[in-house]
Amino acid sequence: MSPIALIFSLIFVLIPIVLSKTFNLGLEKDTAIAVVRSIIQLFVVGYVLKFVFDSESIIYIFLMVGVMIVAATLNARKKGAAIKGITWKIAVTLIFVEVLTQSILLGFNITPHTAQYIIPISGMMVGNGMVLAILFLNRFIAETEARQDQTELILSLGGTPKQAIHTQLITSIKASMIPTIESQKTIGLVQLPGMMSGQIIAGASPVQAVQFQLLVLFLLLTAASVTCVMLGFLSYRTMFNQRMQLVWGR
Amino acid sequence: MNSAIQFNNVHYAIDNQPILKNITGSFYEGEVTTLVGPSGAGKTTLLKLCNGLLSPNTGEIHINGKNIDDYDPVELRRYVGMALQSAPMIAGTVYKNLALPLDLQGQQLSKNQAADLLQDVGLGEEFLHRNSRELSGGQRQKVSIARTLVNRPEILLLDEITSSLDQVSQKEIEELIVKINRKFGVTIIWITHNLQQAITVGTYTWVMMAGEIIEEGKSDLLKSPKNEQVRQFVKGELE
Repeated sequence: MSPIALIFSLIFVLIPIVLSKTFNLGLEKDTAIAVVRSIIQLFVVGYVLKFVFDSESIIYIFLMVGVMIVAATLNARKKGAAIKGITWKIAVTLIFVEVLTQSILLGFNITPHTAQYIIPISGMMVGNGMVLAILFLNRFIAETEARQDQTELILSLGGTPKQAIHTQLITSIKASMIPTIESQKTIGLVQLPGMMSGQIIAGASPVQAVQFQLLVLFLLLTAASVTCVMLGFLSYRTMFNQRMQLVWGR
Repeated sequence: MNSAIQFNNVHYAIDNQPILKNITGSFYEGEVTTLVGPSGAGKTTLLKLCNGLLSPNTGEIHINGKNIDDYDPVELRRYVGMALQSAPMIAGTVYKNLALPLDLQGQQLSKNQAADLLQDVGLGEEFLHRNSRELSGGQRQKVSIARTLVNRPEILLLDEITSSLDQVSQKEIEELIVKINRKFGVTIIWITHNLQQAITVGTYTWVMMAGEIIEEGKSDLLKSPKNEQVRQFVKGELE
């Protein structure tokens, strides 16, 4: 795409601003800020990625992935602030997801061992893990609050903390995984995935684009399940003390 | 008389707000003791301390002479059963709810055992397959008590289990409590808002206000309290 074409693409920014102004939606300022931020952030990322790809240094790859995990953790932890030690729990979960998926990809030579593959795939894994962590924490906290009576009932009957929180945990894990599974059921029918569309637009063969998209979809399934299950099992323990008492909300 | 539960200078606070202050006293083995007092007196907190759902900040609780901290929490809660005020039910049938305590131990409750339990609380066998959502308030409380009895507790804690029931159901629950106490020899500690119930069913009564025991003794104390605050409470002047 030429720089002139990119400038013309700003027409797509003018349309929502004009609509906002015409109908008094009050979104002009937010839209403008979002556009400026995305231009700056994406260009910075673009140049950083070019530098990292050119340098072929493993240190820069670790650094990039590290920044992604830190940013994702800081964003997701807001939803789980009520859970003790949630920051490190999210961080450990995202690191585990990243290590697991990259070990399989690189160990089985599924993708080349270059920054060009490792960084974008890591971004998708960590980003998806972050969204899943937010969905899970939202639901888990709501379920725990709504079913506090049931938790107390099971404890009072001599159940363990794990038994007392089991239903809430399973419900939350399932609920947060549903969007990932459901969206994969209609993929290609309702929408073409962004990564696949990008590859096709950039001139790649559609079949090759599909192959990479399938890889990403499978990875996302792993990322979703591992994130929810691991975060769930790390989180529920801190809701109880050593005397098997519910300390959540007290 | 032997103490089933002994409180020694027990203090419990949340965020430095005292809920129970310097509680000392005994619940006697094989007896029904009622806890009465206005809302916020700390009665439910006291029950939760008895079966280890909460622990005191200071002071000691002894169950059958043994420090409560020396019990395994799971064993303690089976030994000291508790029926919660709201009688929460897990989704599913009455049988599923009755089977829950054994299910938690990886064991099964037979249909015959479940039917016997229902009979003990005055419900017919036909209730076994009824959905717990379809139960009336009184039926829920009965199932809740039967479920607690599955663990064969020596001490039974009942938290305002009649507060939302009509008079007929209240009377049935009263009779049930007496029956459980006499038939199984279970020590019962019962929070009730109904002072008449406290006098007729309880042998002993603790009157609590603002986290303290204001008066305690034989349940007849409610007929002629010595303490002015208790007198006001009995007259209904304190809520």
